[in-house]
Amino acid sequence: MKDQILDILADITGSDEVKKDLDVNIFQTGLLDSMGTVQLLLEFQNQLGVDVPVSEFDRSEWDTPNKIIAKVESMK
Amino acid sequence: MINIQPYQNPEYFILLIIGLLPIMIGLLYGRRFRTYETLISIAFLVLTFGGVKWHQGIALIGYVIFELLLIAWYFNYRQKHNKSWVFCLAVILAIVPLVIVKLTPLFDFNKESIFGFLGISYLTFKVVGMIMEIRDGMIKEFHPWTTLQFIIFFPTISSGPIDRYRRFKEDYDNIPDREKYVRMLEKAVHYLFLGFMYKFVLAYFFGQYLMPKVDALAIAHGGWSVWVFLHGYVYAMDLFFDFAGYSLFAVATSYVMGIETPMNFNKPWISYNVKDFWNRWHMTLSFWFRDYIYMRLVFFMMKKKWLKSRIAMANIGYLTLFLIMGFWHGETWYYIAYGLFQAIAMIVCDAWQRFKKKHREMIPHNKFTEAFAIFLTFNVMCFSLLIFSGFLNTIFVVH
Repeated sequence: MKDQILDILADITGSDEVKKDLDVNIFQTGLLDSMGTVQLLLEFQNQLGVDVPVSEFDRSEWDTPNKIIAKVESMK
Repeated sequence: MINIQPYQNPEYFILLIIGLLPIMIGLLYGRRFRTYETLISIAFLVLTFGGVKWHQGIALIGYVIFELLLIAWYFNYRQKHNKSWVFCLAVILAIVPLVIVKLTPLFDFNKESIFGFLGISYLTFKVVGMIMEIRDGMIKEFHPWTTLQFIIFFPTISSGPIDRYRRFKEDYDNIPDREKYVRMLEKAVHYLFLGFMYKFVLAYFFGQYLMPKVDALAIAHGGWSVWVFLHGYVYAMDLFFDFAGYSLFAVATSYVMGIETPMNFNKPWISYNVKDFWNRWHMTLSFWFRDYIYMRLVFFMMKKKWLKSRIAMANIGYLTLFLIMGFWHGETWYYIAYGLFQAIAMIVCDAWQRFKKKHREMIPHNKFTEAFAIFLTFNVMCFSLLIFSGFLNTIFVVH
């Protein structure tokens, strides 16, 4: 699960930074924006079968790879 | 009966401090005096919407009853079914009062609608946000009382910041522990004095002192002149200090009541691009548009595979977002031109960022390029606010 999430993140951000540093702030560093967020939610739905509604996505709770992994695993 | 507009004059602040004192003492001792809180809220709403503005008060009451019934109906419906058209209907019904108020001056010789009242836009944003979160299943219970408190929360009723229901409810249902509440009070005092500085010193200087002089020179010159551009900068400063000052008062008042209303501004003038600017300027509004319009629209388009190109979909998202923002500001050419300008600025910004990513080795990045980016963003935004100010209309259309 964890590796799958990291692969999706690396694919969408177009960078391996999310795999190197699991606590990097993906919004402050500009790795992810709103468009990327939408892609991320769609990939979670398609690849992992996890439905994350747009209004669940509070940036402060989803801003690092570690937080995203924890969130998605809790919603599985 | 007297009428006092929020955060405008010393009387309002004195009444505010007296009125909030018991709430503050209560919270310091871990108690929320619910009945007193409600009475004080009603008292301040009567101050704002009573007296000579009584017709606005009636409009507010009618509006709140209508929206509460709508939320209750949609919530009940959503527990059993989830049809898209019913959701769309609920959103349309929620914005109907606002649309009527916005369109009335267009059809009725600049007369104000009888349904209008100060803050109707901001209340509508909160209601529409709730309906969308009910649709998403994020709001799982309907509490009419908390919903009412959320919608008519008096510190933010006239111009935001726009809070979110679930965040508000969390604060409203709980009492901050003493250590946290003392920190909130410290911040509140700081924001209050910063707000005084912003609104009554700096906004006054730019808006009341400098602007008339610049405008007189621009009108005397006629057509394009350096004074027209200067108006844009002075207007930008006036708008920022006035609105950021107001927002600081609203946040400070909320904090004293134990509610952590989100901040509206975060040093917008140090933004290094327009995207960064919108993450720092009127944040509760731009985040509302981002979360409830842009992201939902793009999500929908991508899921239904409307277009192949992600870039095209993002650009359609920007155009939709900023044109709606333009129309929301008012039905005049310069608000809509402002919306279009912002959308184009975002599209260009995205294109530049993609180019930069591809040609990283070619493009230098150092302290000078950073300073230039900030300088450029500042100028682009001041120009957009020149359009927004309507001064071009005064110079080129009215004269």
